[in-house]
Amino acid sequence: MANSTTNQSMRLEVFRFSPEEDQEPKPRFQTYEVPFRKDWVVLDALNYVKDQMDGSLSFRWSCRMGVCGSCGMMINGVPKLSCAAFLRDYYPNPIRVEPLANFPVLRDLVFQLDSFIEKLKSIQPWIVRKEEKPISEGEYLQTPAEHARYKDFSMCINCMLCYAACPVVGLEPDFLGPAAIALAQRYNFDSRDQGRAGRQEIVASHEGIWQCTFVGECSAVCPKHVDPAGAIQQAKVASTVDWFKEVLWPWGAKR
Amino acid sequence: MKSYVRPMPTTWWLRRGSYVFFMLREFTSVFIAAYLVLFLVMIHRLYQGQAAYESFLESLKSPLAIIFHIVALAFALFHTCTWFNLTPKALVIRLGEERLPPAAIIIPNYLAWIVISVIIGWFVLKG
Repeated sequence: MANSTTNQSMRLEVFRFSPEEDQEPKPRFQTYEVPFRKDWVVLDALNYVKDQMDGSLSFRWSCRMGVCGSCGMMINGVPKLSCAAFLRDYYPNPIRVEPLANFPVLRDLVFQLDSFIEKLKSIQPWIVRKEEKPISEGEYLQTPAEHARYKDFSMCINCMLCYAACPVVGLEPDFLGPAAIALAQRYNFDSRDQGRAGRQEIVASHEGIWQCTFVGECSAVCPKHVDPAGAIQQAKVASTVDWFKEVLWPWGAKR
Repeated sequence: MKSYVRPMPTTWWLRRGSYVFFMLREFTSVFIAAYLVLFLVMIHRLYQGQAAYESFLESLKSPLAIIFHIVALAFALFHTCTWFNLTPKALVIRLGEERLPPAAIIIPNYLAWIVISVIIGWFVLKG
């Protein structure tokens, strides 16, 4: 079997930030010369740095296979899963690694995700029933067609690449954001769910869908093809229909 | 815990090609609005009488007006095409388990555009 090890090396410019450094911590870039291997991804190179060169480098990762959503980073300015960004696609140019944009940095490549978790929770991401059916009546059934309606939106792994890609999130930190709205739509489109009216309070509010200017980058960077930009535009259409029903339909048809 | 919030410069949209493309798409609306204002002025001149309307038409023959029209047309085409191409994001039609392919939503937009343009062109040019 061919050996993928070569004598070539590659330059990694890594964002460093240490909160305890002094009174006014300043971020900086540190350069590491790492071996270039064709089968290595940026995460492998960072792990090489941590194991062999500088144990103080901090970053999040877990599965190395694009499922856990922990290792999202800005790679040459583009939000990517570092486990899916191959060195060979950048070689021989240097790679600049930064924490995901639009999030406060805690240390090196680790950022604060509390606001993201709060946004996810706010849209009630579970099946809401007006009245729970007793267990004796059996499960809530769903046809393949009904399942297909929300399947794509349910593929989200909460990697937050879409928040890093969205300039609206950067400019308006209170914006509910792509993943949370896509998750709201995932439940709204679920035939077993009856909680749309409750979610609309958040989704159709000032911090919700109407902040979106449809840059579309959230969908472009999504590693799971969730298409949050589509989810938001579809939610805008549905909310507009709601408005017409409530305001222009004198005889009701309220949701 | 101390955290570091990275500043977002006003030139953020120059960082990536896709952001520049977005800003260009948003900027097209300026020309759409400018053309609409010109159209309202034309109607106002028409209301003022034949002489006023004809002098207005004459003023449209100036090089500056012609350059404006060419630029506005380019931006209007860009505006139309980009938005047509985005319609499948907002409009999803499902046939059972399958989703109608995006092209099936985009192409009728272009067809309707061509048909309406031909009808309007026929009305304008025959006179």
